[in-house]
Amino acid sequence: MRALAFLLLLVVSGAFAAPTPEDKLSRVFESIEGNRLDEALMRVDTLIREYPNFRLAHLVRGDLLLARSRPLQTFGNVEKTVPPEKVDGLRDEAFARLRALRERPADDRLPRSVLQLHAEQKHVLMVDSRRSRLYVFANAQGRPKLIADYYVTLGKNGIDKARQGDQKTPVGVYHVTANLPRKKLTDFYGAGAFPINYPNEWDRRQGRNGHGIWLHGVPRDVYSRPPRASDGCIVLSNPDLESVGQHVQVGLTPVIISDEVEWSDAADVERERAALAGALEQWRADWQSRDTERYLAHYSSRFAAPGQDLAAWGAHKRKVNGAKQWIKVGVSRVAMFRYPRERDFVVVTFDQDYKSSGLSNVMRKRQYWVKEGAAWKIIYEGSG
Amino acid sequence: MMSFAARLAGIVCALACALPAFANDLEDAAKHLKAGQHKQALERVNKALAAKPRDPQARFLKGLILTEQGNSKEAIDIFTKLTQDYPELPEPYNNLAVIYASQGQYDRARAALEQSIRTHPSYATAYENLGDVYAKLASQAYDKALQIDSSNTAAKNKLSLTRELVGRPSPTMMAAAPKEAAKPEAPKAVAEKPAAQAADASEEVLKAVNGWAEAWSKKDADAYLAYYAKDFKTPGTEARAEWEKSRRARITAPKSIAVGVESAKVTLSGAERATVTFRQNYRSDVLKSNTRKTLVMVRANGRWQIVEEKSG
Repeated sequence: MRALAFLLLLVVSGAFAAPTPEDKLSRVFESIEGNRLDEALMRVDTLIREYPNFRLAHLVRGDLLLARSRPLQTFGNVEKTVPPEKVDGLRDEAFARLRALRERPADDRLPRSVLQLHAEQKHVLMVDSRRSRLYVFANAQGRPKLIADYYVTLGKNGIDKARQGDQKTPVGVYHVTANLPRKKLTDFYGAGAFPINYPNEWDRRQGRNGHGIWLHGVPRDVYSRPPRASDGCIVLSNPDLESVGQHVQVGLTPVIISDEVEWSDAADVERERAALAGALEQWRADWQSRDTERYLAHYSSRFAAPGQDLAAWGAHKRKVNGAKQWIKVGVSRVAMFRYPRERDFVVVTFDQDYKSSGLSNVMRKRQYWVKEGAAWKIIYEGSG
Repeated sequence: MMSFAARLAGIVCALACALPAFANDLEDAAKHLKAGQHKQALERVNKALAAKPRDPQARFLKGLILTEQGNSKEAIDIFTKLTQDYPELPEPYNNLAVIYASQGQYDRARAALEQSIRTHPSYATAYENLGDVYAKLASQAYDKALQIDSSNTAAKNKLSLTRELVGRPSPTMMAAAPKEAAKPEAPKAVAEKPAAQAADASEEVLKAVNGWAEAWSKKDADAYLAYYAKDFKTPGTEARAEWEKSRRARITAPKSIAVGVESAKVTLSGAERATVTFRQNYRSDVLKSNTRKTLVMVRANGRWQIVEEKSG
């Protein structure tokens, strides 16, 4: 049994090490750069044999063949009669794939957004819209470790979704809410789909609407789609979606979508994490102390909870806390992510274990913290 | 639009043959073919083949006739067997490719043309055809990339090929001969029938011209320059060293060069001096040209060398 498991492990790790179609395409470009055009043509022929629907590979093959007949004017040297938008998508895909492969983060760089993962969150997904890339990080003792990255297609009109039908991909911190297998979907979604929780509380507060933002695959007749081609969804090739899917935990896996993944070093990330963790701990202690004014000092003047502004929240807390002889608050399974696009804005989720004379409850809580001056303040609080 | 300028190459020569009847039949068949009288052409060539069934030139001519008759299947059969019997001849590969291309089998056409060039690196016709086939394959690849269908243009190509075939000037003289001949590379391209000695001299001159073209095609600057006599008249008043330098640069710069010598005509003035006129079919990865060229050559120490070179 153990031997079998070991063997399986070998097979699985072998599969991870095998070059992806993108790696193979990259080798084609290497041959072209080295002016080894015959080798390039052989390599692209092999790639097309394996992935006959890889349209970009066909475009490169066309160029390599045409170059034997006459000098090329451009990448994707199709006849002038072809509408330019037809070939532009493939050109963009080529540049996006190449750029991402060339601009790999150094091993010691960490995404600045991921301040803390809780132990059960095995992975975090980050989307870099500028690079048309999805990065998969594993949770290595609370720290993100980059294990894979994939080319992705995003909304036709880019990112920063605000309205239903604007064909944009949202920017923010989300999580996967479901796993829809292939057999429940039409061919359009390919190998499967993972919906995310757009619009989240923050989006709603900003007046953003729309729905149905998913990570999903591609139809049978294509290998991949151009970088900006979806109605707002995050689209991966089917093999890529399947490998990402192995890392997804419904309800747990964060999906952070940003203009660009901001890379930072471990010391800076740790400094920010410690500052936030300190603020959270102080909030917990002050709540437990039943000194309601100290507790309320953690809330921003712009604070809002579902159906309550700061005045209503404060009045309620003063009344409740004043009636208690004792309060005990436990905070565990804390996750903290910087919010993309917003300045000094962090979403914190945790299990809140509240015990008091009279009432006890346990809930998953979500808070948005914002830096005002030198202090971190809570601007939103609700169930997570 | 992209014109598929496919040219069928003929190697029907007016070589004096052992059997005069055979030669006459072959000559007549070529004439009928040129006149578009395919049926008569086929009768004649079959008669010639009855006398010499293995003769490469007769078989080649039959292949041409069948191609023009639209009998691709039999034509392919004949040209394929010729490539098997005479793998060093580029023309049967080339013609196979033309037929494959006309059927839309561009991958096969490509393979045949690449083979043709491998056997004969300076074979300009194959280069031109191959360029067209690559362009066609590229267009197919682009169609797959863009998921469009440009098969309409493919139909146009086929039409222009048919016209090419009909209007083709018949027997082109080629500087190649079958395996059985003394030397495969030896030129047999003299249309006139001069005295035996003159024929030998002409042959030597042509051999030198072909060698010169081949050195150029191989981008072998040393070998190329060795074909120029010490007293070669450089263009303008350029010093020999300067001229050599610029020639060397021109020859080595392109990634590939193919120089074809076509319709060569040698005029001897005495035993030591000759004027050769021909069509120089030059093709490189950057330039393609077809010009009339005249070389004045002089024999010294048993070698024919160039003393004057004129274009146009």
